[in-house]
Amino acid sequence: MDKIRQKLKMYSHHPASFFLALLVWISAIFTAVTLIFIVGYILIKGVPHLTPQLFQLEYNSENVSMFPAIINTIFMIILSLLIAGPLGIFAAVYLVEYAKKGNKLVSVVRVTAETLTGIPSIVYGLFGMLFFVTTLRWGYSMLAGAFTLAIMVLPVIMRTTEEALLAVPDTYREASFGLGAGKLRTIFVVILPSAVPGIFSGVILSIGRIVGETAALMYTAGTVAELPDSVMSSTRTLSVHMYSLASEGLYINQAYATAVVLLVIVLVINWLSGRIARRIKKG
Amino acid sequence: MNAIIETKDLKLWYGDHQVLKGVSMDIPEHKITALIGPSGCGKSTFLKTLNRMNDLVDNVRITGEVKYDGRNIFSSDINVNELRKEVGMVFQKPNPFPMSIYDNVAYGPRTHGICSKVKLDEIVERSLRDAALWDEVKDRLKASALGMSGGQQQRLCIARALAVQPKVILCDESTASLDPISTGKIEDLLIELKSKYTVIMVTHNMQQAVRISDYCAFFLLGDLIEFNRTDTLFSTPQNKKTEDYITGRFG
Repeated sequence: MDKIRQKLKMYSHHPASFFLALLVWISAIFTAVTLIFIVGYILIKGVPHLTPQLFQLEYNSENVSMFPAIINTIFMIILSLLIAGPLGIFAAVYLVEYAKKGNKLVSVVRVTAETLTGIPSIVYGLFGMLFFVTTLRWGYSMLAGAFTLAIMVLPVIMRTTEEALLAVPDTYREASFGLGAGKLRTIFVVILPSAVPGIFSGVILSIGRIVGETAALMYTAGTVAELPDSVMSSTRTLSVHMYSLASEGLYINQAYATAVVLLVIVLVINWLSGRIARRIKKG
Repeated sequence: MNAIIETKDLKLWYGDHQVLKGVSMDIPEHKITALIGPSGCGKSTFLKTLNRMNDLVDNVRITGEVKYDGRNIFSSDINVNELRKEVGMVFQKPNPFPMSIYDNVAYGPRTHGICSKVKLDEIVERSLRDAALWDEVKDRLKASALGMSGGQQQRLCIARALAVQPKVILCDESTASLDPISTGKIEDLLIELKSKYTVIMVTHNMQQAVRISDYCAFFLLGDLIEFNRTDTLFSTPQNKKTEDYITGRFG
């Protein structure tokens, strides 16, 4: 108490500082409390409803099982990354290793990528519906959803890969060229392997976005809550599943249980990306 | 004396800035040639031109001629990768790849199409022996090269350069970032190597040039001022500027 009194005395000559200190304290506490409240609320509401029947193989309106949705989410992650990963990585390789400085195309690609990250996901959904679902006649399908998500995470993967490539010291390039290695070998044997940790963190960020997406998926992948027969089947991921349960109004408790699973997945991904980021710092 | 590299009226610009102002020089085979001069005199740029490492820099313009083994290295029928295999380079700072010691040395031979394990083993051992590193690392060839000391890393870089069996080794201040003991080891090594290879080194350290080089070239502001046998250049310099520089009056 003495310490606090001393501090208050110090502040009494500088009322502005006192208010500022109070403000930052309140902000910090408010942020922390909000987060704790949300997580706690979801856990309290959801954990009691995590029943075995929620994880049954088949979905029906009795058990509202989220098992197919979990499987669909995994498929969706893999499919989207298969499309966006190589594209994003190769685009970054072009930007960093091949394009000459001051190349017009580079600035165009960069501006485009930055714009793409700023677009709300519902716009992606709308585009996906008009282009993949309607124009290409894929219908509501996992493929249409995966392509839409791939476009969405492409800039993320591209930017992180670009950063990772730029962080590879030029001395590696010099050494490799100095030994008579060509560009292709230098990039694939020396540069990309040393950039892998950075690329990986971008991929994990992308997984986070894919797992959390609903708006872009509802109009492209549809909402069928069953295991898919092929990539042309309509599917729902965990987030979409949760949204459907909640909006139907009959299965609020099960929606909370789904939220718990989703939360755990996101936490695990965050923890993983944090670990990888630390690994990169260590070099 | 038999010249392995000949340059004729070599001029080089970075953008509008002229770095080399017409350098003509015949570099003798199986000798150590040192390039000395104050910072910014163009000696490193000259060195990097010899295996076309300057190609990597934007906005470079080069005129004149560099002949390696009688052929102009700027002519269109020269394969740059082949040239760099013949004219290897060791850089100022040790720059091993983030791979094992073995993979570092094997990188060059693998690049040039050698993939037999027996042959690679042989090349790695020979190169590490030539670089006086074999005894220190033979038990940990699979360990990361980044865990070695600075001096060891630089000798590894020399071994890596030797592994592609070059004819010429360019050293760009290759001891500048090392302690005196490591520097001594590398100097001894370079003297060893000159029976098999031609060494061209840039150095800021005049004592080093005197200790190990056979020939010495003094550069100033993009011009080659004087090129002669090292002992002659340091005992009886022909040019006033050379004399001023080696006696420490500037630079």
